[in-house]
Amino acid sequence: MTYRYLEDIATADAAFEARGKDLEEVFIAAADATTNVMVEDLDSILRQEALHIEVENRELDLLLYSFLSEIVFIKDAKRLLLRFDGVEIEERDGLYYLRAKAYGSPIDPGRQPLKADVKAITLHRLSLIETRDGWRATAVIDI
Amino acid sequence: MPMPSAVKRVSDTVWEIPVSYKEGMLVPARIYATEKLMKEMDDGVFEQVTNVACLPGIVKYAYCMPDGHWGYGFPIGGVAAMDAKTGVISPGGIGFDINCGMRLVLTNLTYDEVKPRLREIVDALFHRIPAGVGCTGFVKLTQDGFRDVLRKGALWCLHNGYAWKEDLELTEEKGCFEGADPSTVSNKAIERGFDQVGTLGSGNHYCEIQVAKPENVFDGETARAFGFTIPNQVAVMFHCGSRGFGHQVATDYLQLFLSVMEKKYGIKVLDRELACAPFNSPEGQDYFSAMKCAVNMAFANRQVILHRVREVFSEVFNRSAEDLGMDMVYDVTHNTAKLERHLVDGKEREVLVHRKGATRAFGPGMEGVPEAYRETGQPVIIGGSMETGSYLLAGVATGADSFYSTAHGSGRTMSRHQAKRTYRGERLKRDMEIRGIYVRSDSWGGLAEEAGAAYKDIDEVVEATELAGLSRRVIKLVPIGNIKG
Repeated sequence: MTYRYLEDIATADAAFEARGKDLEEVFIAAADATTNVMVEDLDSILRQEALHIEVENRELDLLLYSFLSEIVFIKDAKRLLLRFDGVEIEERDGLYYLRAKAYGSPIDPGRQPLKADVKAITLHRLSLIETRDGWRATAVIDI
Repeated sequence: MPMPSAVKRVSDTVWEIPVSYKEGMLVPARIYATEKLMKEMDDGVFEQVTNVACLPGIVKYAYCMPDGHWGYGFPIGGVAAMDAKTGVISPGGIGFDINCGMRLVLTNLTYDEVKPRLREIVDALFHRIPAGVGCTGFVKLTQDGFRDVLRKGALWCLHNGYAWKEDLELTEEKGCFEGADPSTVSNKAIERGFDQVGTLGSGNHYCEIQVAKPENVFDGETARAFGFTIPNQVAVMFHCGSRGFGHQVATDYLQLFLSVMEKKYGIKVLDRELACAPFNSPEGQDYFSAMKCAVNMAFANRQVILHRVREVFSEVFNRSAEDLGMDMVYDVTHNTAKLERHLVDGKEREVLVHRKGATRAFGPGMEGVPEAYRETGQPVIIGGSMETGSYLLAGVATGADSFYSTAHGSGRTMSRHQAKRTYRGERLKRDMEIRGIYVRSDSWGGLAEEAGAAYKDIDEVVEATELAGLSRRVIKLVPIGNIKG
C-alpha cells in the first residue's frame, strides 16, 4: 500500500500520507487514500464506467487538491467511486494541467461495505513534497 | 503535549493566550475549559485558535469552547467576531458542512410506552431516513426546484407539506437566512446536492431517540417551558447539515479566496484553510450569499427529516403526529457566520460572528429568540455521543462575553482510527443493546468510530459552559435508540 492514515492530526477527521516514485504515482495513491476512507475494499470498485478527469491549477499541491476535490464531487454528483488507470501532469505557461483516466462503479451498500462519507478535502497541512525516492503528499479530509 | 507556557489562567474556566505568543496575533485567544478539559485539549487547538487571532478585523478575542478540538482552519469549537466594515469572512471559520446543526422534537410518550416498540421505530427510521455514503433523498426536485429551496429554506417545506407552521417559529432565523441568492452558487454545487434533501449523511450525524429522566432535569421550570412536562418523556434529536451541496459551496469559495486573498487584497494567513476575503468585497459578499443558500438547504434538510420522523411515529403508534405531541423544541445551527450587533467596549458594533462547531446561545429577552422562550433564554442543543447522552441548555445574559456562543457537542478526543482499533462495531452494538440502546448503522466501522469513549466527558463539557457563564443546564437526555450513517 502506498498510503497510510495519520492519527495525530485533526482529531475528528481523516488524514493521510501518500507516496509515489513520481507525480503520477503519488496522485493515484492520494486518490486511493481518499476513496478508501469511504469504502472498505477498493477492489470492490468495478470497471463499469470510464471517465476522464481534467483539472488545472497554478500550484502543484493545489492541483492535487483540485484533483481530490473532483473525486469527492463525482462521488455525490454521479454516485460513483473511482480508481485510476493513469494520470498525466504537465506544466504550460505557469499553470499545471492534469488529465486522468478513471474507471468506477456506482456506490452500492448492498455489495460493498461503506465507511465514512467524505465531505471535502481541506487545505489544512496540505503538502506535496519531492523526496529522495519520489514524492510524498499529505492531506486532511473532512468527514 | 502539555499546554503552552504562555497560557494564563484568567478564572476557573477561562484561559488566555496573549498576543505576544505568536507574531501577527491581533487579539488574545481565549479557551473556555475546566482544568481537566484544558489538560486534555489537543495541541492543534492552541495552534489554530492563535492563527484565528491573526485574521484581519477580529474583535475582542479568538475563542475556543470547552468541547474544542483540532479541526482545520479554525479549531472545532472556534468562535471569532469580525468587524463588519473592516473584517474578513472565512469559509474555514464556518466549516465545509455549512449549517450543520441540531434539531430536537418532543413526543408525549413515556419510555414505558416506547420501549416495547423501540426496535420497530428505529428500524423504520433507518429505512426511511437515507444515511451513509452517496445517499439520496426521497424529495424529488429539479435543479430549479432546488434553487427555490436555497432561497426559502424551511419555508419551502411549509409550502410543500413537510412542515407545521409552528416548526418555523421554533427554528433559528425561522429556518431561512434572508438574502440567499442562488446565482452566487456554482452549477457544480447544485449538481452535487440537489437530490440530497432529507438525508442524514454519515460520520457523527445521527437521529436518536432519547429519554428525559426525572433525575436528569436540572431546571424543572425551564424544562417545562421547553415542553418536557412528563416524567421519562421521549424526544427525538438529530444532527446533520447541508450535505454535498454545502461541502461544494465551501470547496468552491475556498479556492476562489485563495486566488484573490493575497494578490488582490494583500491578506496573508497562517493556514491556507483560513483563506478569506474582506467581508465588504464582491467575493466576500458572494460567499456570504452562497453560504446562506447552504444554510437554507440544511434547514430544509432537517425539516424534511422531521417530517419523516413524524410519519414513522405516527405509523408505529397508529396516531397522528399532532396527537403524539410531536412539537419541535428548537433547531439550532452550529456552523455559520452571522451578522449580529453586540456591545464591544461599551459600544454597539455590527460584527460577523463565525461559529464553527459552536452554538449561538442568546440570553433571556434578546431579539432573535422565539417568543415562547423570551423569558428562559434560547434553547441550546448539545449532541453527545450515542452512548453517553446529550443536553438541552439555555442561553444566559453573561454569554455576552463570548458573543453569546457556547459548545455544540461533547467534542472528540480519540482519533477515528484509534477508536476503530479499540472497538468493533458488531460488539459495540450488542453491548449497547444490553444497556437498552438499540442502534442501526450502515457501517460497522463508522459505528465503532462513534463509541462513547472517543468523546470528551459531556457532563464536564456542559458544566464548563455553565461555570464559564456561557449557558446553563436544563436537561440531560439519554439515548435509547439511534440510527447512524
